[in-house]
Amino acid sequence: MSQFVFDPTKVMDIDFTKRTEYLEGLEAIKAAHKVLKEISFTPSLPDKGYNHRSLYVNVGTLEVKEKPVTQQMKDVFLGGRGFGLWHLWNAVKPTTRWNDPENEIIICPGPVSGITQYAGTGKSLVVTLSPQTDIPIDSNVGGYFGPLLKFSGFDALEIQGKSECDLIVFIDGQKGIIRIEEAPEEPVDSHVLAEVLTHMYAENDADRVNISVVCTGAAAEHSLIGMLNFSWWDHRRGCIRLKQAGRGGIGTVFRNKRIRAVVCRGPQVKGDLNNVADYETIAKTGIKYHKEIRENDPYQCMMRRNGTAHIVEIMDAYDLLPTHNFQYGSHPDTHKIDSAYWQSRCTQKTVDGCWYGCSMACAKGADGLVVKTGPYKGHTVTVDGPEYENAAGLGSNCGVFDPDYLLELNFYCDTYGICTITYGTLTAFVMECYQRGILNKERTGGLEMTWGNAEDDLEMMHQMARGEGFGIIAGQGVKKMKEIFIKNGWGDPKLINDIGMENKGLEYSQYMSKESLAQQGGYALTNKGPQHDEAWLIFMDMVNKQIPTFEDKAEALYYFPLFRTWFGLNGFCKLPWNDVVPSNNAQQPEAHKIPEHVQNYVDIFTATTGIKIDKDELIHQSAKVYNFQRIFNIRMGKGLRKDDHAPFRALGPVTTEEYLSRQERYDKQIAEEMKLDPTTMSLEEKMAAHRSWRQGRYEQLTDAVYKRRGWTPNGVPTLERLKELGLDAFPEVVDVVKLHL
Amino acid sequence: MRQLRIDLSKCDAGRATCQHECESSCVEKVFKLTDPAMAALHIRELADGSGQAVLCDQCGDCVVVCPTEALSRNKLGVVVIDKKVCVGCYMCMGFCEKEIFERNPEWTEPYKCISCGICVKACPHAALEIVDVPEPAYRIL
Repeated sequence: MSQFVFDPTKVMDIDFTKRTEYLEGLEAIKAAHKVLKEISFTPSLPDKGYNHRSLYVNVGTLEVKEKPVTQQMKDVFLGGRGFGLWHLWNAVKPTTRWNDPENEIIICPGPVSGITQYAGTGKSLVVTLSPQTDIPIDSNVGGYFGPLLKFSGFDALEIQGKSECDLIVFIDGQKGIIRIEEAPEEPVDSHVLAEVLTHMYAENDADRVNISVVCTGAAAEHSLIGMLNFSWWDHRRGCIRLKQAGRGGIGTVFRNKRIRAVVCRGPQVKGDLNNVADYETIAKTGIKYHKEIRENDPYQCMMRRNGTAHIVEIMDAYDLLPTHNFQYGSHPDTHKIDSAYWQSRCTQKTVDGCWYGCSMACAKGADGLVVKTGPYKGHTVTVDGPEYENAAGLGSNCGVFDPDYLLELNFYCDTYGICTITYGTLTAFVMECYQRGILNKERTGGLEMTWGNAEDDLEMMHQMARGEGFGIIAGQGVKKMKEIFIKNGWGDPKLINDIGMENKGLEYSQYMSKESLAQQGGYALTNKGPQHDEAWLIFMDMVNKQIPTFEDKAEALYYFPLFRTWFGLNGFCKLPWNDVVPSNNAQQPEAHKIPEHVQNYVDIFTATTGIKIDKDELIHQSAKVYNFQRIFNIRMGKGLRKDDHAPFRALGPVTTEEYLSRQERYDKQIAEEMKLDPTTMSLEEKMAAHRSWRQGRYEQLTDAVYKRRGWTPNGVPTLERLKELGLDAFPEVVDVVKLHL
Repeated sequence: MRQLRIDLSKCDAGRATCQHECESSCVEKVFKLTDPAMAALHIRELADGSGQAVLCDQCGDCVVVCPTEALSRNKLGVVVIDKKVCVGCYMCMGFCEKEIFERNPEWTEPYKCISCGICVKACPHAALEIVDVPEPAYRIL
């Protein structure tokens, strides 16, 4: 697989400062605001990454208070996702569901978040009880909100309660004011709302960069797949940009609480606001990494040119690009949406990056898109990305290879506040159901959901935003659609369950795991459902071939979920870890772990907090939170072996067409792995043999992974494991485990 | 734009006939520091006795990568840093192929040569000069 060479002459000449503006009604919108509550606080800057207090806001009772961040919280949960899970544990009961007032949305940046010297250090972690899975979901998101919240004086924002009116929570870290405002006239969709609110709350032009808006859009109100957009001001483009806390329906919870937006106005950012313990180490590590990007990125992933979409053609070449609801792994039209195209379509003459100092700069932007459908028809917009997941999910998985339509799907997902990954996978499911007669035009209310029909795909999304028609059903997600279709008697339940790509209620993200045992576990043996946050092993397994044996794969499913959890505890982005590597990485021991970068993270954590750790302690820190989250799932009624099963489409060929598309490979496996003679078997017998072998192998992997993680065969962390991790200090945690031993 | 240039045939990299007044004058008069190692230009003697100069040619690569637009060209075409806007990310330092940026551990903002010419006046061999050259096109980095 050869790397495309970047050719600046092929970049489309699009004015990246030109787009439709939405500021006309700003004064009237502002005038309609009514202050419901205002309190003052003393702004502060962190000391070695922590302010030692969090902010609690109840949007139902309007209670606003500060809560201490204790030493125990720091020792066990570290920050970020750890703090989020701890706050949520204390807020809910086992019977609590996503739409109960006691459910919380916690936004927490983590101790390292906000440094400006290393790539990918501005992340926020968002935690809530998911409407899709009924267990905690956590999402790692860029944009400026988390760092600005921390530099205003808070290590976390905890939002509880349900409002009776639409409101905005405004945190002014410059003036020391927290205000809850009724916001009756606000625009609904994110690309408009974030722009309006950025201008409304900034005191002058230069202040816009100090504003970040958290908001969602119309489709979050009528579906379970809502996400949250986190904004930042892109002053070269002169517009707001958005990054998404996508998975699991956090935006749906946000709107259920009737929050329109949370806005933070932080102080002007400088390089030393995190008041780290050892600034010099962070500065030197950051400069070294920037040089590595400069020298290696043009010859490795070209993240600065393509963003994450650089792997579209690689996935296609390795037969791993999800196509037509994960049936196939490649398509002849992939070249229309490959990285060569996105290089030419995304603006290259500006600086991208969703936090200061991100030299990886993958937050590409496609400017000058003129929208063809829906409420913004005719508007000129900037679309963030598309990222790989969007190109694959909204594109190949649904058979959409028209890049303009793909961008429009991406744009509407973002502004309507729904997860692109989830929407891609659920639409692919709808299209396959349509292909197989489980759905038809009558059942979809007129939508012709054939592969690649982007216009009806968009119309389904517009219905979701309007709360109408089949869009409402689709917006329930794959799990609930399966239940509805089966209940209505629309198709064979076994087939529907086999092809509906969800686990724990969450839709799969966009990698074909059929041929990668490691990725099968990476998806389904997870805490929050199948995503690529915990264990993105497919590249390591199938492309780089770094974990060939069964033992390697089981070990990878111990190590990488813990290693990657650690990013979310601190406010790091994962991409700078492995989307560029040092020139000599391949010669290092355990090259797949990228040891020099692991050391960078160890050094940055120690230099930030003053707490000396090594690479083993890093894993130990993560294991505390990872196991706590597993126990939290068990407390909420999931988190056991039965919940870690995968739909068969994720494990192997469901249909005869799928089998025949890879017959040579599958027949060879029958001969070599199963020791049977495929020439004497019918297609049905061969498919049955594969199902049995693949399911058996997955169960065997599950056994090995549970054992390595210190869990029982039912997936429950043992009391010994709890003791090793110090979680036995929490009797209520131990009690949950004891019920299942 | 104003650009600092050197004629290495006139320069005494080995300090036989000078004390690298270019570096000491830069660090003292421009940046109010004392250690010549922190000057915004460097003259090094290589193993074969020849000289090597580390000079900013005002190419503008740093302007392209700066996320805050703290780096920009002034009316003379010289690339300067607005310290009030700089967030100390050091991407300019990492992306400068000539590695001309300097950093004082006491400050979060890096600094660089501003083609002021103080070193030109200080050089006893007239090896340095300020010339006026066309601005190069910005590169995509």
